[in-house]
Amino acid sequence: MKAYGKVFKYGDNVDTDVIIPARYLNSSDPAELATHCMEDIDKEFINKVQKGDIIVAEKNFGCGSSREHAPIAIKAAGVSCVIAETFARIFYRNSINIGLPIIECPEAAKGIDAGDEVEVDFDSGIIYNRTKGTQFKGQAFPEFMQKIIKAEGLINYINQK
Amino acid sequence: MGMTMTQKILAAAAGLPSVEAGQLIEAELDLVLGNDITSPVAIHEMDKFTKDGVFDKDKIALVMDHFIPNKDIKSAEHCKCVRQFAAKHDITNYFDVGQMGIEHALLPESGLTVAGDVIIGADSHTCTYGALGAFSTGVGSTDMAAGMATGKAWFKVPSAIKFNLTGKPSKWVSGKDVILHIIGLIGVDGALYRSMEFTGDGVANLSMDDRFTIANMAIEAGGKNGIFPVDDLAVAYMKEHSKREYKIFEADEDAVYDEEYTIDLSALKPTVAFPHLPENTKTIDEITEDVVIDQAVIGSCTNGRIDDLRCAAKILEGRKVKKGVRCIVIPATQKVYLQAMEEGLLKTFIEAGAVVSTPTCGPCLGGYMGILAEGERCISTTNRNFVGRMGHVKSEVYLASPAVAAASAVTGKISAPAELGL
Repeated sequence: MKAYGKVFKYGDNVDTDVIIPARYLNSSDPAELATHCMEDIDKEFINKVQKGDIIVAEKNFGCGSSREHAPIAIKAAGVSCVIAETFARIFYRNSINIGLPIIECPEAAKGIDAGDEVEVDFDSGIIYNRTKGTQFKGQAFPEFMQKIIKAEGLINYINQK
Repeated sequence: MGMTMTQKILAAAAGLPSVEAGQLIEAELDLVLGNDITSPVAIHEMDKFTKDGVFDKDKIALVMDHFIPNKDIKSAEHCKCVRQFAAKHDITNYFDVGQMGIEHALLPESGLTVAGDVIIGADSHTCTYGALGAFSTGVGSTDMAAGMATGKAWFKVPSAIKFNLTGKPSKWVSGKDVILHIIGLIGVDGALYRSMEFTGDGVANLSMDDRFTIANMAIEAGGKNGIFPVDDLAVAYMKEHSKREYKIFEADEDAVYDEEYTIDLSALKPTVAFPHLPENTKTIDEITEDVVIDQAVIGSCTNGRIDDLRCAAKILEGRKVKKGVRCIVIPATQKVYLQAMEEGLLKTFIEAGAVVSTPTCGPCLGGYMGILAEGERCISTTNRNFVGRMGHVKSEVYLASPAVAAASAVTGKISAPAELGL
């Protein structure tokens, strides 16, 4: 499985309130949530994002609330992968559970800029920055999580057991 | 190698003699929680299961608290979805208007959470129940759905940071100041993926409500859970509120911690977190400029319990909320509301010019009941001061204790109770 797209770059502590503000949580429709994705940190995001694009951020991405609406909105906006130095733990769990690929890689978070074109190979964990010609190795998932990802989410994984 | 308190609870719930940090386990759950925002997503996920039904109708709690009494049609539809699910599966602990309260104040008060429990909740502040010596942690809606269906959840066993609390907090210093001080010290990701274990002689000098506040905000340091030892006070609380059997776990003498901090509670001062992160803390004497406020919120799962309201009332008694400041008081549960009424606290608030609302999470997450306009500032006893958290992207939230929020409501700027001669 591979991802390829243009990068939207953010800093430390991007919280779930800016990913999807609570004022929109009276909906649980992915398409509707996507129209407000990143609204309070980057008003232009939803106008510019193309299917396959990649979010790269620094420390503690997705901190704050447990709202699964956050990874749901990102996925429904067309984002193919989120790379960060670290993720907040509930966001990390939620992303795996709903099948949004995410990778922890401090070197990539530092070595990739906004607008770079980046390729991610999920099997090898290799992140290739096509724009700069640089390459990084992301942290591999434990086997248990790989099974959830392969089953395309936690519920399918449980159904298969 | 010894185990931390959290590791011991997880080992027991996984049916293993011992566990170590980093190990992946599957644990039996004592309670699965959801609210009116997260449950509809979980209920939708439940439809994908090949097996119908819930694992145990008595071990699921559904609390309608974020946008209710329904703030708009969409919120009403969400609650309707949960209400129908609760009826279909005969969920024992479904709390709607009339019985509901803010979930993390309501569940301990209702006796649903006791020491030794393993609890997941689709709400990040589920870590609150660590105050009673339970392992409890926030998860998302899919985990909640899996928990409701199977009664199990997977966990990566966390390592821990030990906070050795000593001494006694001085007047007007409460649990909120303790946890804001700690978050200021270690940062919003200082405890990422890890347990925060509170221990030491100082614990005895913290009320249960103080401990709930501290455990509640473990997530604001990135913590997986916050947990307190079970002492006589915790046992008395459980005996008063719950019929359930509790189980006391203690950390091994030789338990290994990633880091250890000693916090002298007697040295702490009222503390305020400035926008836009809970780690941006200043003690009240470090605030040299006037921070003029438009609104003060006293309530939430962090600080809407009876101790909090009593503290705010002591300050507001015989005083007036400054003209131009909106002061909103929200008792966290119906029981707290009634108790506040019987103790005359509501009269004090109303006479001071504050408004008192039915229990709701409302303004904390910018839902309703106190939304901020562009450029407005609020001092709040809630738990997050992120960009746009309580309203407009260009509004500001300052986090503080009920004492500081009430004193600030009177002066119209961020103030210590001492400024009122208290």
